[in-house]
Amino acid sequence: MASVLLKVQQLSKSYGERRAVDQVSFQVHAGQTVGLIGPNGAGKSTTVSMICGLLRADAGSVELDGVAVLPGQSDAKRRIGFVPQDLALYEDLAARENLKLFGALYGLKGAQLKARCDQVLALVKLADRAADKPSTFSGGMKRRLNIAAALMHDPQLLVLDEPTVGVDPQSRNAIFDTLEQLKAQGRSLIYTSHYMEEVERLADHIVIIDHGKVLADESPAALHLRLPAQAALRVELAAAPPEPLLAGIRGLHGVTAVHNGGAGIDILLADGGDALAVMGWLERQGCRPLHFATARTKLEDIFLNLTGRSLRD
Amino acid sequence: MTALIALIRKDLILFLSDRRALLINLALPILLATFFGYLFGGSGDSKGGTIDVALVQQDASEIGNKIAAGLKAEPSLQISAMDLAQAQDAVRKGKRKAAIVIPAGFGAAAGAALFGAGPQPEIGLLYDPSQPAVLAMVKGMMTQQVMQVVSADMFNGQAGKDFTDQSLAQLEQQAAGDPERAALRDMLAGVKKYQDREQARPAAADAQGAKGGLSMPFSTRDQALTSGPAEMHYNGYAHAFAGMGVQFVLFMGVDMGIGVLLARRSGIWNRLLAAPLTVTTVLLARALSAAIIAFCLLGVIFLFAIAVFGVQIASLAGFVGVALCFALLTASFGLLIAAFGKTPEAARGIAVFATLIMVMLGGAWVPSFMFPAWVQQVALAVPTRWAIDGFDAMTWRGLGLAAAGPAMAAELGFALLFALLAVWKFRRDQA
Repeated sequence: MASVLLKVQQLSKSYGERRAVDQVSFQVHAGQTVGLIGPNGAGKSTTVSMICGLLRADAGSVELDGVAVLPGQSDAKRRIGFVPQDLALYEDLAARENLKLFGALYGLKGAQLKARCDQVLALVKLADRAADKPSTFSGGMKRRLNIAAALMHDPQLLVLDEPTVGVDPQSRNAIFDTLEQLKAQGRSLIYTSHYMEEVERLADHIVIIDHGKVLADESPAALHLRLPAQAALRVELAAAPPEPLLAGIRGLHGVTAVHNGGAGIDILLADGGDALAVMGWLERQGCRPLHFATARTKLEDIFLNLTGRSLRD
Repeated sequence: MTALIALIRKDLILFLSDRRALLINLALPILLATFFGYLFGGSGDSKGGTIDVALVQQDASEIGNKIAAGLKAEPSLQISAMDLAQAQDAVRKGKRKAAIVIPAGFGAAAGAALFGAGPQPEIGLLYDPSQPAVLAMVKGMMTQQVMQVVSADMFNGQAGKDFTDQSLAQLEQQAAGDPERAALRDMLAGVKKYQDREQARPAAADAQGAKGGLSMPFSTRDQALTSGPAEMHYNGYAHAFAGMGVQFVLFMGVDMGIGVLLARRSGIWNRLLAAPLTVTTVLLARALSAAIIAFCLLGVIFLFAIAVFGVQIASLAGFVGVALCFALLTASFGLLIAAFGKTPEAARGIAVFATLIMVMLGGAWVPSFMFPAWVQQVALAVPTRWAIDGFDAMTWRGLGLAAAGPAMAAELGFALLFALLAVWKFRRDQA
């Protein structure tokens, strides 16, 4: 296991009577990508704000390599790159000028600043648009430049607060390509989102947060094991299935739940459950499915299982 | 230091690349100041405007003609002859500020009234009620003309001689039993001797202007007084450029404050504070860039006034001091808006209203010395009043560097107060 880069301990923050973050603790190891997920208002952005030294915690601490991260001139902030949820760019300043500004805020200057601009622009594939203003960019290009600005000072830890909000699928893929490249370089990432599929694609470790509290802090594989089912089988029939047929499926080995979906049946299978065995049994009953599909259970199902509500509620 | 300079540089680039902001912040104040400066008396070189007056001359006597000629010769009046209906219409519509109506028989009646021997005839004065000051001016000039012409005619003219002969005949009959009448008769007898002698004088003497009448027993020597060198005179453009410069630079400060609010909303603010900077550094950078922009704007606006309208600077050091302090005041005003504004939209409305009140009370539109005394006292609590008075002192009043001191101190005091309040609020929000 790599060394611990970021240590978040018992972090709490209240706004008046409302407890936005309640004793949140987790760690990020060097080179690890941690997905911080939760519905809107769960406390993700407040947690991220304290991690990046934007907000002072009421209680608890954030340490990067043993150095406290605090608002103001904290040295630890030099090693963190922050990609805000909103596009944090000067629309009427050329892309290169934007990057030069954000680099200079971390003390870069002269040839070092110029070289870093070139590297980062190449990384986000905007080298040919360096002289153009972001106001002329597509939404996806702006998002990439938004990430580039946080990379100027070559941070050890990159914190991304929902970086794909309002982005089209093509641009989202471009952003993911960039992030996967960063991950491959060994950079640590914290990625907040309420899109489970994004986190599943990227994260080595997942922290689920709701109502300001950590509900789960595990690897994706470990989280899947928390569910009574690890796979789902959907079978579509020509007519609504009779109750005896459904009861028969429920009795099969590894089947944890069966839902009658009208012309289809949703079957959840526990670890060890065999979708092919179920299909074979159905054939033996003279039931010929029009269509069938299997899928692994999703983090969305895990969140539902943990909180009783959907991520997008 | 690198971060501070980078932030200031960014603001300057953004300001210069915004053509609309440049137009608003430079062209509009120059345009409006030019207009107001012209209204306030221009560069002070001209003799001043004339008053458009209609003249209705219903008395064709020699006295009536002389009064009309005298009024037409008056340099402060622009006389147009009209009939009564035309004159009334012109005054009603504001085409003439006043009309003088010399009624028929005025000359004879005025002569008699001069010695108390008849009722006073009336000269009609029609005036625009929106121009009450004009009434007094026209009345004064007309009084001078009438007294001069009527008295001259009574002492020198044929009408006066006829009137004296007629009055003497009447008084001879009444003087026997009335000592007062006898005294008046003796006085008129003296006047008659004077008239006979004047009529016997050769015509050449008349041509030399020897014929007089009652005239003003004094004249005035008008001298505009400022504290500067003698060649420094009042320039209405100086005050107008100070007023409009202050107003539009403050608007720039409002825009700066709104810009910070927009940055806080957009996430740029968080990105800036995610860097190893204090909120004070970020605010200081924004304030310094705004102050630099404000100072440059004032400089360009006044350079235009100097080049085109001959506005003079009495003390360059004092002027620069007042401008620098006002630039800092503008910057801190912007920070105050950014600190206490809830949303950019709401803050803009309140800030523009506050700015307009400040520039109005500060004397940007109408000089503060024209305010009622109590308003002048209240206006001392308004920072713009000190700025405009400071610019006035350094330009058309021709005062020295020492006179800039109070204005600079007041501006810096307000700037410090605004900045402290803003930093306190920003820090409280960040906690």
